[in-house]
Amino acid sequence: MTGPSLMDSLFQRSIDDLIKALRLTPPGTETAFVAKAIDEIRREIKSTDPHTKAAALQKLTYLHSLHGLDMSWAAFHSVELSSSSAHSHKRTAYLSAALAFNPATTDVILLLTHQLRKDLSSPNVHDVSLALSTLSSICNTDLARDLTPELFTLLSSSKVTVRKKAIATVLRVFECYPDAVRVCFKRVVENLENSDLGILSAVVGLFCELTENEPRSYLPLAPEFYKILVDCKNNWVLIKVLKIFAKLAPLEPRLGKRVVEPICEIMKTMGAKSLVFECVRTILTSLSEHDSAVKLAVSKVREFLSEDDPNLKYLGLQALAIVAQKDILAVVENKDLVVKALSDSDLNIRLEALRLVMCMVSEDNVMEICRILISHALKSDPEFCNEILGFILLTCGRNYYEVVFDFDWYVLFLGEMARVPHCQKGDEIATQLIDIGMRVKDARSQLVNVARELVIDPALLGNPFMHAVLSAAAWVSGEYIKLSRNPFEIMEALLQPRTSLLNPSVRAIYIHSAFKVLMFCVHSYLKLNGEESLIPSTLIDSELVSDVEVDDHNMIVTNGQAPSASSVTHHLTQESLLALVNLVEINLGPLAGSNEVEVLERSTNVLGLIKLIKPMLLGSLNDGEGDQTKGELKAPETVKLIFDSYSEDLGPVSVNAQEKVPIPNGLVLKENLDDLEEICGDMKLPLLTSFSLVRSQFAEASNSAEWQGKEESELSTESTSLLAEHRKRHGLYYLSPGNRVTTSNDYPPAHDPNDKAIDEDEDLAKLTEKSLVTGKKPSQSKPRPMVVKFDDGEVTTVATNRTEVKAGLISGAVNEVLLGDEATTSSSSRRKPPKSRRGTGDSNVSITESKSDASKIDQSEHSKAGLGGSKHNGHGKERRRRNSGKDKEHDRKDEHKSESVAHGKHRSRHRADKAVEAQAPVIPDFLL
Amino acid sequence: MIRGVIIMNDQGKPRLIKFYEFQPPEKQQELVRSIYRVLCSRAENVSNFVKVDSLFGPDVRLVYKTFATLYFVFIFDKSENELAMIDLMQVFVETLNKCFREVCELDIVFNFYKVHTILDEIILGGQVLETSSEEVASAVDAISRSLPLPLSLCAYVCALVSSCEWVLRCNRHILVQLSLRVGKEWQFHDSIYSWLAEMIATELW
Repeated sequence: MTGPSLMDSLFQRSIDDLIKALRLTPPGTETAFVAKAIDEIRREIKSTDPHTKAAALQKLTYLHSLHGLDMSWAAFHSVELSSSSAHSHKRTAYLSAALAFNPATTDVILLLTHQLRKDLSSPNVHDVSLALSTLSSICNTDLARDLTPELFTLLSSSKVTVRKKAIATVLRVFECYPDAVRVCFKRVVENLENSDLGILSAVVGLFCELTENEPRSYLPLAPEFYKILVDCKNNWVLIKVLKIFAKLAPLEPRLGKRVVEPICEIMKTMGAKSLVFECVRTILTSLSEHDSAVKLAVSKVREFLSEDDPNLKYLGLQALAIVAQKDILAVVENKDLVVKALSDSDLNIRLEALRLVMCMVSEDNVMEICRILISHALKSDPEFCNEILGFILLTCGRNYYEVVFDFDWYVLFLGEMARVPHCQKGDEIATQLIDIGMRVKDARSQLVNVARELVIDPALLGNPFMHAVLSAAAWVSGEYIKLSRNPFEIMEALLQPRTSLLNPSVRAIYIHSAFKVLMFCVHSYLKLNGEESLIPSTLIDSELVSDVEVDDHNMIVTNGQAPSASSVTHHLTQESLLALVNLVEINLGPLAGSNEVEVLERSTNVLGLIKLIKPMLLGSLNDGEGDQTKGELKAPETVKLIFDSYSEDLGPVSVNAQEKVPIPNGLVLKENLDDLEEICGDMKLPLLTSFSLVRSQFAEASNSAEWQGKEESELSTESTSLLAEHRKRHGLYYLSPGNRVTTSNDYPPAHDPNDKAIDEDEDLAKLTEKSLVTGKKPSQSKPRPMVVKFDDGEVTTVATNRTEVKAGLISGAVNEVLLGDEATTSSSSRRKPPKSRRGTGDSNVSITESKSDASKIDQSEHSKAGLGGSKHNGHGKERRRRNSGKDKEHDRKDEHKSESVAHGKHRSRHRADKAVEAQAPVIPDFLL
Repeated sequence: MIRGVIIMNDQGKPRLIKFYEFQPPEKQQELVRSIYRVLCSRAENVSNFVKVDSLFGPDVRLVYKTFATLYFVFIFDKSENELAMIDLMQVFVETLNKCFREVCELDIVFNFYKVHTILDEIILGGQVLETSSEEVASAVDAISRSLPLPLSLCAYVCALVSSCEWVLRCNRHILVQLSLRVGKEWQFHDSIYSWLAEMIATELW
């Protein structure tokens, strides 16, 4: 402690000064203050005096950790200070490294290797543990490789703290450098027998992490874990062992039989809730075939649920959710508590309860449950209310409305949900409304009623969350207008002044629906007056007339709407129609100057139609005979054509429909579309529930088409934008745009013009027949309306997971060590030379030394005992001597490990004789 | 595995951030802010678990607990037991209590390094090392005993003691006791300690 350094540090701001000053800075000036402090630190950190440097680094680390400042520029200073002889400086340096170094990108980490090695082998316990905790934070492949020998030594350190820290660090090293497993694994396994709880807990924790990824490799260690399960009384250790067994038990049924009893015993006798919960979870997830154990676990869950502690309640509900996947009865038994939890003050608990309630939904109770839930939704806060609505929509919509039997009810219910004050699920409701419209023909009349209620209510237009629902309602009203009681009323609703509150895209749908309604009215009027020879019969294709008539007739019969339909026709007089046309003209006239393209286009369409039909209507009013000029005669015909194009039913379209489009003649597809993969590689497949508003004919035509070439499969995943991009680049391979544009002003279906003209009803029936066969049909008084669906499998590309690869490497090494295959040992020794070549300088020697050391142990133990190789040499000998007298084939009830050693030995020898390259792990005989 | 430990106060100011997998500093701040937003909206007497799927991905859980003005937050994955994590949090707080004698927020604010030392004795690389607060406290004690008093802190005490006015207003007895306590607790270097004693002596007489 020299004078100058004392003076220096007197004037240097310490970390405490910095913190104090930071606390005193007025809010808002903090950034400026920090910037100033950083400048100061930049100056100080370059100092040659370690005290000044350390103080500067301390401040910087503090600012980095709690104020999010970048300190990557100071990485080298951390390295520099770490070699200081003072422990406090070392501590500062290592902490800054642990907090700020990025193992993947910080280059100077490599410079730490030497210092870490020195500290790992230091006699000072504090230095060693400091180095270990730093290593576990900043470990990368190079560090792991270079420091494995030191870690190997520490794994059998006589100091408990050091040893358990080394064990905890090993996990990171294994992850970064799987070859370390070959060196260290035996020592790790030896520690499973340690009597010290700290060490045992660390090892079990390590195995718990390792089994998470690749449990099968650790099956041979089951006897050791079993012993701990039975003997150990420490909660922490038991919890981890239970987690391990939860992974192992599903792999080996005999193991499950073995452990279920001790687990139940623990559950009955131990008081700690955490342990009991772990037992419950283990049984419910991995031992669910043991009925009595499950029963006991569920009873424990019930205890949890009746506790006052919200944590226990929450976890209890989560445990029930695990059971629900396998055995819904257990949930139903606890229905009372679950429903009670639905009105808990804790959102977490309510959500879990809600999830459970939705698990219980079936065809029989869906109406009742939904009614209860919606009343809950009405009185709860907005967030939970929307959760409830989301869950109802999800559950009811699942698998093409599997649980919904009465679609009239469900459609009404959707309307009710849309009107819940806090509802923000408009998009989903809208999707389902349209989807049901397309899929369930029988629900349409009720759907139109619901849509009418929604469209007609001016109050709803002000709520932006409702807009999606309203657009769906408008679409439904327009599309199924022939089922409506009063089209005029709908028209008024669609044109009401408050529609200006809607956003342009929704408004465009409103206008388009108005167009459809107008078409319908005009067409009905023309048909009514058809016999009055307003339209010369020569102009009407007789086929078309009969078609429409039949269609209307069908509709009336099937929906029992005869009176209303006729009332529509009663209203249709020339005057009323003209009034309607005028109404549309007045309301949409101003929109022809709209800035929004969609709105502009739709309204211009309607106005164009009006221009076409108005003279006709006026002409018939005036009853002028000379008006029947050629131009006017065209009007009814056009109306007919447009109406016909709209009267086709829309159906759902399979996501894979595009694949089934036949390739038109003369179109040459590029042989290899590999370059497409680059574009679509990261595209996700659209959800099955998505639909598109394409004429059903398209889907059907495509359905009946045969599969043509695999290359097309990629196309299905493309989004339209990508398609457009692709078209731009490879226009050669697409149909020329001229083919697609049709000249008439109606909306042609976007499909191949030479469609197969199959009657669509027939085809729909075919499709549903298919679904009828697969879907189960409950016997109920009223038949369930048919739901159109496709059963095409989703094609998903599974990307290989990088972590899995790594886990595979670890488990591969573990297998080698545990199974003691001679072949694998030799392969690992063959792999050694390149490893040591990678090392640098003197480290080279130590690595090869310890490695060959380890492999020597390997070989000596491998040859003698396969599974028992995991034990320490001395112990092994002792046991072997003890075993020699025993009969190896009997005494199966004795689960003592020594027996499994004997068997393992036996097995490995057997295997060595056969020279089988064992891939599957040995299943310990004690399990039999 | 434990993914991270955070201490923050009820204003959302972080007091300790430790992630066991590297997170860039901006990301850390962002995470703290998002976690705070969730925590401050939760009522009292509700469960201590929070869903953090959106922040950390599936299977990651978060448990928190309030102690006076501080939120203690543990983030962990499915290889840890939820209730055990609450116990571990209790161990952490107990240890802090032992090391700081009735810990308060200020202790944690001004002892950035010591809190990290304590945490490192409980958790290493995301693995639970020690679950007894006595053990942890004694380990931390052993570490701090091996550390000399930071120089700047010496300077403080010197300045404090040499302030005449303050000394005159003080009872001599209390002052000596104070210096003894300071010396014992902060492990003064002998040289400073004797120098201090000398100064007190000259000031008093």
